Parts: sequence; structure tokens; C-alpha cells
Amino acid sequence: MDPIFLAEAALNGVLLAGVLALLALGLNLIFGVLDIIWIAYVDLVTVGMYAVYFLVTDYGWPLWAAGLAAVGLGGLLGIAVHLLIISPLLTSPPVNQLLATGGLLFFLQSFMTLLWTTDHRSLRLSLPIIQAGGMFVPFTRLLSFGVAVLAVLGLYLFLTRTYMGTAIRAVSQDREAMRLMGADPQRVYLITSAVGGAMAGVAAALLIIQYPVHPYFGAAFGPLTFMICVLGGLGNMVGAFVASFILSEIISFGGVLLSTEMGYVLAFVLFIALMFARPGGILARRA
Amino acid sequence: MLELRGLTAGYGQFTALWDVGLRVAAGETVAIVGPNGAGKTTVMRVISGVLRPHAGDLIFDGESLAGRPAHEIVARGIAHVPEGRRIFPDLTVAENLRMGAFLPPARRAFAQSLERVQALFPILAERRRQRAGSLSGGEQQMLAIGRALMSRPRLILLDEPSLGLAPVMVLRLFDLIRRVRREGYTILIVEQNVRQVLRLADRAYLLEAGRLKMEGRSDELSEQEFVRKAYLGL
Amino acid sequence: MTRPRALAALLMVLIAALPLVPMGGMRQYALHVLVQIFIWSFIAGAWSLMGRFRLVSLGHGAFLGIGAYTSTLLWNVFGLTPWAGGLAAVAGAVAVAAVVGYPCYRLRVVGHYFVLVTLAVGEVVRLLIIAERGWTGGSLGLTLRPAPAQASLLAAQFADKRIFYYASVLVWLGGLAIWRRVDRSMARSAMEAIGEDETAAASVGIDVTRFKLGITALSAALTAGGGVLYAQYITYVSPETLSGIGVSLRIVFAAVLGGMYSLLGPTVGTALTIALSEYLRVTFGIRLIGMAETIYGLALILLIIFLPVGLYGGLEQVMRRAGAVRPGRRMTFLQTRKG
Repeated sequence: MDPIFLAEAALNGVLLAGVLALLALGLNLIFGVLDIIWIAYVDLVTVGMYAVYFLVTDYGWPLWAAGLAAVGLGGLLGIAVHLLIISPLLTSPPVNQLLATGGLLFFLQSFMTLLWTTDHRSLRLSLPIIQAGGMFVPFTRLLSFGVAVLAVLGLYLFLTRTYMGTAIRAVSQDREAMRLMGADPQRVYLITSAVGGAMAGVAAALLIIQYPVHPYFGAAFGPLTFMICVLGGLGNMVGAFVASFILSEIISFGGVLLSTEMGYVLAFVLFIALMFARPGGILARRA
Repeated sequence: MLELRGLTAGYGQFTALWDVGLRVAAGETVAIVGPNGAGKTTVMRVISGVLRPHAGDLIFDGESLAGRPAHEIVARGIAHVPEGRRIFPDLTVAENLRMGAFLPPARRAFAQSLERVQALFPILAERRRQRAGSLSGGEQQMLAIGRALMSRPRLILLDEPSLGLAPVMVLRLFDLIRRVRREGYTILIVEQNVRQVLRLADRAYLLEAGRLKMEGRSDELSEQEFVRKAYLGL
Repeated sequence: MTRPRALAALLMVLIAALPLVPMGGMRQYALHVLVQIFIWSFIAGAWSLMGRFRLVSLGHGAFLGIGAYTSTLLWNVFGLTPWAGGLAAVAGAVAVAAVVGYPCYRLRVVGHYFVLVTLAVGEVVRLLIIAERGWTGGSLGLTLRPAPAQASLLAAQFADKRIFYYASVLVWLGGLAIWRRVDRSMARSAMEAIGEDETAAASVGIDVTRFKLGITALSAALTAGGGVLYAQYITYVSPETLSGIGVSLRIVFAAVLGGMYSLLGPTVGTALTIALSEYLRVTFGIRLIGMAETIYGLALILLIIFLPVGLYGGLEQVMRRAGAVRPGRRMTFLQTRKG
């Protein structure tokens, strides 16, 4: 195997990890605070992708503006999901909660099919492909990696430096104790949902410049995001970050050495194997 | 300041408290003692709003608070230091204290409150960057109390503060609680350690199987009789 | 004969006689829908064996897929009769369940972690099927090789829908019998205890891992069997219809909406969801692609928000309060469980 070829695969893996980390962190954030998995999370990303696509293609918006709009839309969607679907089920058994967000997945995927058919749509961007040391790296990938890293940094600062961010971390550690501090849980949940949704919006903007969008986009990235979350330890932000790199490297190498699907399969199998070595996630304190 | 009347509360089908009534006057330190499972923690949870009572009333400064959510009750000036301390393990000591001052009025007075708390518990200033989960049991208890003080309460609920602490620490803890008391706070304390708490409190109630069995001024109560009843539940 | 017994007997007679009732052109369609209802009810019931004990699996599609594809491939490639191929399929599913379940249960993977693991397994199977398109046909699916008429029984392929009808009724009844057996056995009490508090259960000497594995293996086996039957009936398998999160969610919806703590709950739920789905498909069908599914998804969300105990469970509660049904052991587990 040509070493340059492998190096390129490795680099692509790293670049892919950026966006995956974004998805995983958003999902983790919500789970950490609400103890609920939004099964339809990546489908919210798909909605964002369509938004950017239409704004740029049909309305001629510049990419950066459409991206910002997607972030705002994501935040609003997050709030909507919480108010309409999660809030009524906060005291229901977990299986009901999972079914509700699962039902949302059905709804979103078919609604998008209804509105926009299953055609794959991509942004016609003529961004360069960078050549460095014999490797070919699309600029879109670099850009999305860069923005993703910035977004993750932004999230980190929000969670550690702001009051609300610290409160969110506190709630994810002990919800009842936070109530005793005078925090209205509903407010914390709403802000968390908005932030999680906004991150989905960022991811949407970054993904649409690399991949075509279609209603079942979530079917590819969704399970992957879940795997990363669990591998990193559900609720563990640093773990999710690390796990996204591990899994995307495997996918990248597997895709290059075998086939795209086998790359995914390898990643999943490894995920299951790692689950047993460290059921709490790779960075869990207790093995 | 605080009055409970005819309070009946429980979890699902199970009733933990039957027609409980008690009083705490401003500046007083009142203790609730009783055997395990008597419902002491349940009383605390009802007062702080974490648990809704089935019946009865809870009056604080003349205002009825029964059934109000926890965050409103904190806003009225009641702080609850829960059983087992419940500090946020992955936040630093400083961040834990910041969380205590969540409410806007408390946030405005943050610097003042922090100074006061750090004067009471100097070790919290020393360890402010340390991860709270790595503190010892006694230090965590101090942090939990300090955190509650950050919300500028008028009434402090202490739920089993000596739980899990070494005997030496327990003595230190009660000294510290005495200091808090001297600052003028009103304290309602639930405790297993009858001897220590009777030395601290002005008055005490004995709770057993969800009902109040005895009440009195701690200097009047025969410690032995109280202790016997508290531990053996006779 | 007691009233519930008489009702049950009447129902059985109706079910048995149905294919004989003159229905004209509608018969084939009615039989088709009914066969699906019985098969999927059976599968939903199999899921609920795990679900009622807080082992929520969103990956039962894996067992379905393993079941359906194993028997189909063995027949297509090796000419192995599905009667034997089905056994192999079931064994395969049980093996996967054991391999995944054992470490999970030993290492106390519970709650949402467990759900995500099951999700992973379901998706792995789906992706494996698609990836190995050389012999599985990939996303395009696989058609069951038609058997010559004389080999019909051997190949378990029947042109007459009525045979599948009665077969699926029998399988469905078998599933109910197994469900009831589990419900009445010691395993049930043990699993309840485990569901409430694992550590406490373990300290009393209950072998938590063994019970969980047992229930999981049973659930997997039955689900795979359902997959085999379905494959034989439809004579076509595809990764989207028989593996992955889509079908897994549908099964869980059916079981929970019907009421997973009761015997007939999954059946009621399946009947409801299939009826709804068919109605929508017929109404909107080709005109607006995606409309039927959209309403279906919306309906599911609304139902789960407003009917937490499930239809059948809710009905039983209402009837019990009205004094119409005497409370039995079954009834005590109808309350909504708090997470």
C-alpha cells in the first residue's frame, strides 16, 4: 500500500472527525442534562442541511450567511423538540421517551421525502483541492474541520467560563441538587436543547459542503454518532471527542482498504468489542 | 419563621409522614431526631419543595409554600443541604460555590457571600481549584454547607450532616455549625447523632415511623430518655 | 365455561373461519394484511419478553435479518429446506444474542447504554447485509428462489395464502403460549426483581446474568423464527425491511402502544399500527410519496405522548375499575414504570 495513500486516508479521517465530534458533543450535551437520547438528532442536522442548500441555491445567499441561519434554525428546532416532544414525557419510562424521538425520526425522514423527494442534492461549490506532499485534500474538508474545531472550542468555553454553562454541567452531574440551588430545571433544559440544536445547525452547514443531502442522510451518520457517544462514555465530552477520532480513522482506513460499508462495519464491530472492555466508555473512571 | 401543619407526605403508595407539625422560630436551631426510616429526610424534602405533600401546609414567614417547586422555595430564603452532601463532583470547589449563588439576588451579592463563606470555612478558599469529588468527606460537608450559604438563605436545612464522617470530623463539624449559628442563621437539622445535636440545638423533635412522638427544649430533655427513644424507637 | 374463556373460544372460531367467509376480491388483500398482523404480533410479543423486564432493545431488526437472510440464503444457494434452514437461522440469532448479551450483562451495561448497544447491533447487521452485496444482494434485496410445485412443502412455499394464514395463526398462538409460560414462571419473578434493583436481586442469590441471557436468547430465537416465516411468505428480503433501526422501532412501537405488560398488548398494538399504516398507504399511496409515512410518524409520536400505558393496558385498567374483569396476577404489572 502506498504510504502516501494511507497518510491521505489518515488525514481524511482526522478531518472527518471534526464534524463527527460536533454531532457527538451535541447529542452528549443533551443526554448529560436531560438523560434522554434524541434518536432523531442527525435528522435535525439533515433539516439544517436542506436549509443551507435552499438558501444558497434558490435564494442566492452567501454560504456563511446560510450557515448562520442554519445555526439559528437548529437552536429553534432544539427548543421546539424539547417543548413539544420531550417535556410531556419527562416522567415517562425511558422506552416511551426513546420511542417519541424515534417517531420523530420517522416523521422527519418521511416529511422531508414528501417535501423534497429522495433526490440527492449538493451544493455546487467550486472550492479548490489542496495538494500537499502528494496528498489531495479538498478545501471543503479543511474548512469544515477548522470551523468544527472552533465550534467545539466555543462550546468548551461556554461550558467552563459562563455561568449557564457551569450550571448545565452541574445539572448533568446532579439534577436534584441543582434544583436546590434555585435553578428552574425547565430553563436549563431549554437552553441545553437550544445549544444542542445550534450545534446540529453548525454540523449541517459543514456537512452540506461535503456531502449531498437527502432525506435519509441520517441513516448513515446517525448510528455512527450514537456509537461515538457510547464509546466515549455517554455524557463524557472529552471521551466523545477522542472516540470520534478513533472511529473516523477506522472508517477512513477501512473505506480505503476494503469498501465504504465494510469500513463502517469494522468501526461498529470495534465499537461493540470496546464496549465490553470498557462498558462505561473508553475514558470512564471505573473500568 | 417556619411552621409545618398537619403534613402528610409519601412516595407513591407509601406514606412516609402522618400529620406532622412543627415550628422553627427565627434564630433558633431546631433538631429532628429519630430512628432510620422515620421520615426525617422526607420532612426536609417537603420543606425544600422537592417532594409535594399529600396534605397539610407549610408556612414560611406567613406565606404558604406547600406544593411550590424547589426553585421558588430557594428564592424565598430556604436552603437545603441534602443528605449525602450532593456536591457536584466534577466541578471545582469554586464552581460549586458559584452554583450556590444561582439566583439573581444571590449572584449580585456573590463577592460578599463568598468572603463570608471563606471566612467561616477557610479550607474552601485554599482548595478552590480542586475538583470537589476529590475532597474528603468532612471537606465536602463544609462545601455543601458553604454552597447553601451562598444563596443568602434565612433558614438552612441540614440533612444528616454527620453521616459518613469520622468521629473527630463530627466534632469539628458541629463546631462549624455552631459558628454558622452564631452568624444568625436559623437552622433546622436532621441528625442521627443525638448526643451532639442536642448539645447544639435549642429544641428537638422526635420523629418515629412518620409521626412526631416527642418535643422539647434540649436542656429540658433527658438525654438518656431521648436517646433511648431515638435509637430504640420505643 | 367462564366468560373470558367463552369469548376466547368464540374469537378462535372466528379466526379459524375467516378464510372461508365469502369476500370476493377482497379476500386476498384481507388475508395478506391478517397474515402480516399475526406474524408481526408474534414478533412484537417476542420483543416484549425483553421489554417488560427493562431490557429495551432497539436492535431486534438484527435477529429478524439474521433469521430471514439465513434461511433464504441457505435455500437459494444450497437448496436446504427452510424447515432446517430456519433452525439454523434461529441458532444463529441466539448465538449473536449470547455473544452480545453475555458481556453486556456480566459487565452491567444497563439503561441507555444497553439501548445504544442494541442499536449498534441492528445497524451492523444491516450494513453487513448491504456491504456483502455479492451474495446478499445488498440494498436491492434477495428473492426467494421459487420451488417447483411438488417441492412446495419442502420449500415451505405455498401459492395459497390460506396456508400461510393458518400457519401464522398457529405461530401467533404458540407465541402467546410461550409468553404466558414465561409470565407464570419463576423466571418472571426473578426478572421483576432484577428490573427493580439489580444489586438487591443479585444479593439474594438470583443469577442476574443467566436470567437476562435466557430471556434475551428466547426473544432472539422467536424473533428470528418470525423473520424466517415472513421471508417465506413474502418471498423477498431486503435490509431495509428486515434489519436496522426502522423495523426495530416499528416493533417496539407496536409492543408499547399495545401494552407490553399484557399478553394481548403486542397483538393489539401491531393490529393498530398495521391497520393505520395500510389505511394511510391506500389513501395516499402513489399520489403523495411520503405523506403516508409522515402521518404515520406523527401518529406514533402523538400516541406515545398521550397513551403511555398502551391501549390494551389502558383498556384493562378501565375494565378493572368498572369491575368487569377480576384482577389476576397479570394486572399488577400494568402501571407505567418510572424509568
